[in-house]
Amino acid sequence: MLELRSVSKRERGVVYIDDLSLCLARGDLHVLLGPTLSGKTSLMRLMAGLDLPDSGTLHMDGEDVTGLSVRRRDCAVVYQQFVNYPSLSVYENIASPLRVRGARNAEIDQEVEQAAELLGLRPYLSRRPADLSGGQQQRVALARALVKKASLVLLDEPLANLDYKLREELRAELPKIFKGSDAVVVYTTSAPEEAMLIGDTVTCLHEGQVTNSGKPRALYNRPAKLITAQILSDPPLNVLRVRKNGADLEFADNERVSGGERIASLADGAYKIGLRAHHLDVRKPGEGGIQAEVKITEVTGSETIVHAELGSVRWTALLHGVTPMDAGTRVSLIPDPAKLFVFDMDGALVSAPTE
Amino acid sequence: MRKTLNHKALWLASPALLLVAFTALIPLLTVVNYSVQDTFGDNKFFWVGAEWYKEILLSERFHAAFFRQVAFSAAILAIEIPLGLAIALAMPKKGWGVSVCLVLMALPLLIPWNVVGTIWQIFARVDIGLLGHTLAGFGFDYNYTQDPVAAWITLIVMDVWHWTSLVVLLCYAGLVAIPQAYYQAARIDGASRWAVFRHIELPKLNRVLLIAVLLRFMDSFMIYTEPFVVTGGGPGNTTTFLSVDLVQMAIGQFDLGPAAAMSVVYFLIILGLSWLFYTVMTREDTDAEGRLP
Amino acid sequence: MARIDLKNISHSYVAAPNTENNFALKTLNMSWQDGGAYALLGPSGCGKTTLLNIISGLLHPTHGAVLFDGDDITNRPPEKRNIAQVFQFPVVYDTMTVFQNLAFPLRNRNVPGKEIKQRVNRIAEMLELTESLPRRARDLSADAKQKISLGRGLVRTDVAAILFDEPLTVIDPQLKWSLRSQLKHLHAEFRHTMIYVTHDQTEALTFADQVIVMSEGEVVQASSPQALYERPVHTFVGRFIGSPGMNILPCEIDGAFLILADHRIPMDHIEPAAPETARLEFGVRPEFVHFSDEDDALPVSVSAIEDAGRYKIARLLFKELPIAAILPEDAPPLSATPKIKFDPENSHIYADGYLMEKGE
Repeated sequence: MLELRSVSKRERGVVYIDDLSLCLARGDLHVLLGPTLSGKTSLMRLMAGLDLPDSGTLHMDGEDVTGLSVRRRDCAVVYQQFVNYPSLSVYENIASPLRVRGARNAEIDQEVEQAAELLGLRPYLSRRPADLSGGQQQRVALARALVKKASLVLLDEPLANLDYKLREELRAELPKIFKGSDAVVVYTTSAPEEAMLIGDTVTCLHEGQVTNSGKPRALYNRPAKLITAQILSDPPLNVLRVRKNGADLEFADNERVSGGERIASLADGAYKIGLRAHHLDVRKPGEGGIQAEVKITEVTGSETIVHAELGSVRWTALLHGVTPMDAGTRVSLIPDPAKLFVFDMDGALVSAPTE
Repeated sequence: MRKTLNHKALWLASPALLLVAFTALIPLLTVVNYSVQDTFGDNKFFWVGAEWYKEILLSERFHAAFFRQVAFSAAILAIEIPLGLAIALAMPKKGWGVSVCLVLMALPLLIPWNVVGTIWQIFARVDIGLLGHTLAGFGFDYNYTQDPVAAWITLIVMDVWHWTSLVVLLCYAGLVAIPQAYYQAARIDGASRWAVFRHIELPKLNRVLLIAVLLRFMDSFMIYTEPFVVTGGGPGNTTTFLSVDLVQMAIGQFDLGPAAAMSVVYFLIILGLSWLFYTVMTREDTDAEGRLP
Repeated sequence: MARIDLKNISHSYVAAPNTENNFALKTLNMSWQDGGAYALLGPSGCGKTTLLNIISGLLHPTHGAVLFDGDDITNRPPEKRNIAQVFQFPVVYDTMTVFQNLAFPLRNRNVPGKEIKQRVNRIAEMLELTESLPRRARDLSADAKQKISLGRGLVRTDVAAILFDEPLTVIDPQLKWSLRSQLKHLHAEFRHTMIYVTHDQTEALTFADQVIVMSEGEVVQASSPQALYERPVHTFVGRFIGSPGMNILPCEIDGAFLILADHRIPMDHIEPAAPETARLEFGVRPEFVHFSDEDDALPVSVSAIEDAGRYKIARLLFKELPIAAILPEDAPPLSATPKIKFDPENSHIYADGYLMEKGE
């Protein structure tokens, strides 16, 4: 288990990691999710021992490893860029951590074969990395991390430089690759979908702090903070300030919708609500809900994303099927009250949809 | 808490540190030691404090040598940096011409200092030198052993010939590192050649130029071998630069104390000016965001 | 603004190409309407960037001609083609402010100062860059820099087309949404002809009226996002578009029956006109695989359920055949012995990779 206790990292007055504590169990794939500059990479550098924290400590299986040099950390890293030894064959690339360790040839053979099999690299073992496609090069890097059998495996956005389809393919394989390795596997990404799909646990980062951490489904269903719900939502979460009065939610423009029983039971006052795009329906004007104007629609083939505006508030709705609408069309936006997240004005969860 | 981070690093660095101690630190301290003492031989020394420093800093000989040195470095930088940049810009960026140009450029850099001096000393002689004889043949009153202007021009031309290549190679490396997208965007924006240079190439070469300026400044400020070989500091004192003067004082006259004090002053001047160049040229970058995500 | 025609364009990076394989771009004819939004979509090495560079004039095609509004401009350099381009990595002029960056193309074209100011302010407002105008461009974030790159094209009145080369590569997912919709909005406002190169299907489909799917230097399908989705003409398109892509299963046809792994499924609209020797495949998108209790549904086993948040992907096995199905977020748990049916409207048969037209 890797444990970070109140870790902070500053550089030239900029705070990269701010008093962050985190526990990562062995045998699980942990995803660090957050936008650029949220601290993902800084955190990885601390875990690898490439940087020393300004304050706080790191513990591996209970042992303090804070000042331990990167060479003694027993950790493997895969980067966004495809990092391989250009002059070595794929076989030797994969074998390199074993050679460093001084393993016997028979053992190396076996380990490399096994890793190559798992990552579909068998036909390419005698080639050089430069002769492979980007996806295959990254597989080589992953295989090398795998055979090292390190207790800490750090994957820093390893799929970010790959084509969309290759990314999808490798994403499906990743959890299987490290299954049963008993290592602490950490994976950073800025794509919520990726985090949901591959993470055993997901940790949302924002401005160098952990907003929330937990099982992906639990975080998705009950984000304890508004910012967590925003980080985990793709398309972006609709967020609105409302005044709650009885069962009604009043928006800034004197529009109101009924929030149902769950909302009625909360204290009256000002709240922020969050609603995911696929829980917002778009209908003809006059069918109740919020009257808004369509700004733009995007069609993905199977779905339509409608961006509509009321005053200064932008709503995003995701509809099934292809229903393009012209800009300027008047529509009714119908939020599904059962799916509303209610946060207080500081962004702490007050009420989540029942599952 | 175990702090094992630096121990190994120190051990690994120790041979280099030891070497630096013997080649730089200990000689420097010896010089500092000499600069505050006087001797009448017999290996007997006595303390004179800042006496030599006062003498050096107030002496007209030092002022004149210092002024000549600054003028020389200024001339060198004013010629070599723009010229080197211009040649780098004009060099082909792909094709067979690249390697030909690079080899041609590297040639002068491969010749040792004293050989460069000797080559030019002979090359520029009026009686047997190709350059001197030809110039004289065209009716120019050229004689670097008698005419201070000719001596200066000879030294400057020689240094430009020898060292502009270094600036060219540095700038060339900087230029080929600029992503093609910048040039393409500029073409699409209808930018003139001058605008491309002013707004893309020059800003992107900022760092490289800093290195070029620093290297050429330090080197030219310490120039010794070439003027010693070609002009010997003459005619008169007109090409007696600080370094030449220093050696004359230390070895020619065996004035160890003043020479040591002058060495220290000389060292501090170079350090100070280099620092000045560095801060001025990197000032623009300090407000940029820290590191990349 | 212009209509763009590509006539018999092909390109090879080899000096003397003699075989088909030497061509990065195989012969291609295409006509793009003035004011349209087009996307070139495909994996790396499919020739999409080559095609873009031929249109922008950075590359001269080995064969063929490029026409803007009927004029042959094949031999014109980029600066004479009146195009604008946004690159993968943001290109801004570091030493200039945002205002100077946006004004740069106009200054180079000797537009009067007053007009420059007007146009720059208008475009900056549309791009939500007004507050950044006096700031130095290099201090801005990646998405703002990409907006500046786009803005340098939009300020010009003479632009025939705006080209985009994977412009959202370095942008965070959350910001991609806002940039994408902003781009779409700008297209609606200005009606420039826009050509967008990407490997990301979502970007291509949401941006373009017509998507050109490319593979190995050839255009596989050029049609609306909806058609690409509902009627992929080739199994490549089926697999490449959609996440996960289309299920493609080897099959046989016997009269009105589809045979999958020795299992006979009655199917309407099957046109058995394929030659005897053709390799037949059955294609259905995961969205059109439904769970069913009906007697004739196919019994499957579940190998994994992947949870993507707002939907789930069920990885199923029908005998040895892997089949993916999409489930809504709140779908009830699957039964111990689930059975599936394929939506007949959206089931397709492919012969040697190509879609067989359905008999009506």
